[in-house]
Amino acid sequence: MGFEMKKTTIVLLVTLFFLASCSAPSPQHADLLLVSTTSTQDSGLLDALLPAFTNRTGYNIQLVAVGSGQALKIGEQGNADVILLHSPAAEKEFVANGLGIDRRLVMHNDFVIVGPASDPAGIRGKSPVDALKQIYASHATFVSRGDESGTNVKELALWKNAGLDPAGQDWYLETGQGQGATLSIASEKNAYALTDRGTYLAYRANLELDILVEGDPFLLNVYHVITVNPEKWPKVNLEGAKAFADFITSAEGQKIIGEFGVKEYGQPLFIPDAGKTDAELGLP
Amino acid sequence: MLFDPEVWQITLLSLEVSGLATLISLVIGLPLGTWLALGKFHGRSLLMSVVNTGMGLPPVVVGLFVALMLWRSGPFGDLKLIYTPAAIVIAQVIISFPVVTGLTAAALQALDPRLRLQLLGLGASTAQMVLMLWREARLPLLAALMAGFGAVISEVGASMMVGGNIRGQTRVLTTSIVLETGKGNFDIAIGLGVLLLTITFLVNWALTVIQQRGAKR
Repeated sequence: MGFEMKKTTIVLLVTLFFLASCSAPSPQHADLLLVSTTSTQDSGLLDALLPAFTNRTGYNIQLVAVGSGQALKIGEQGNADVILLHSPAAEKEFVANGLGIDRRLVMHNDFVIVGPASDPAGIRGKSPVDALKQIYASHATFVSRGDESGTNVKELALWKNAGLDPAGQDWYLETGQGQGATLSIASEKNAYALTDRGTYLAYRANLELDILVEGDPFLLNVYHVITVNPEKWPKVNLEGAKAFADFITSAEGQKIIGEFGVKEYGQPLFIPDAGKTDAELGLP
Repeated sequence: MLFDPEVWQITLLSLEVSGLATLISLVIGLPLGTWLALGKFHGRSLLMSVVNTGMGLPPVVVGLFVALMLWRSGPFGDLKLIYTPAAIVIAQVIISFPVVTGLTAAALQALDPRLRLQLLGLGASTAQMVLMLWREARLPLLAALMAGFGAVISEVGASMMVGGNIRGQTRVLTTSIVLETGKGNFDIAIGLGVLLLTITFLVNWALTVIQQRGAKR
């Protein structure tokens, strides 16, 4: 009986090993280092996208989710293979400086201005710029990321468009934290904040914040994928990076993106954009 | 960086918050540790184990607990303490008082038990006896204080969670380091790290000088 058991075990192990080794194609350099912004992780999109990518290609993704500022720095120092982020101006500079190649449009979602339902500054339905002017004039509390993330950069651009500089005002709070934590603080402080819609929807259940301003073309949040330049950093997994960029811009990847969140929130969190041009989305 | 007033405001806040938390921990931990070391009661070793476990409390767990208490949805939400320096002090006290308590108990238990009997035999009151024991154990007691301070000046998880890292209000050295790293400003992050270490060193140096002066007596 002991022998039979052993035999069964061996057969089982061999079968498992065989299954494990042929269930996915195994590329030469199986590890792929993806640096992405916190918004894609906080919303849960990458949890849906990455396993599908691994199944399809066999690459094992190591994901580092950080603010856009840090993501670009990490890429600049060659500590990433591929980057997924939403700071178009900084991205263009990154590619122009020879640090990245093969920048492709992936998807967009949009920013919204959220605040307490009581809306003390009266910004509901206003344009983003008018809303900020109202907030500034009424000294209502506004919570900023203050971390040079893509969202923070967008917020500062909005203030600039409004011709205002809120820095140093006592009603202007800079958290230096991710979107989720910043929304929690805004909710606790009955304050306004700029956020991407995805993170807001994912956290909405725990927040006492409503969407007050939305739908302005200036509030689009566009994501690109960039490969770190292998000529500068030879250790970059170029094949893996290309496979990733191919996958998330493929029909399969775009379908996952377009369907993500529909079941849970009744609306997609991201709109797939592969194949479109920047200009079609109103980017410079 | 050193000429930036914001850096000094952050440094001062770190010292104030962690200094106050350490002081409160001392006020709680010294009597509690003494009671644990000298008292005879049921469940003493259980309580000791609880305190010793508390010495290794993960700051982020403490932060989560304090945040749950202080959020508007929590039982103490009406106090409006969340995202204030007071909230950080509360969390840091929870982190550091078990350290002070546990090390105080260990310091007093390391004393020769006959000393206590002798003091009582010489007619000392309980209060006099405890004061004499503290005096006798002053070196390890100061070490307990330094360990308590070291635990809170260096923690980031709780400060981030209950303080919110709000610029000019609750941003301390450790949370600024996380932020600057997040921005990719590694040079500033390293500078702040060196500043933090320098300050911790200076505080511990001052305490050590007091401690060693005590040793010579």
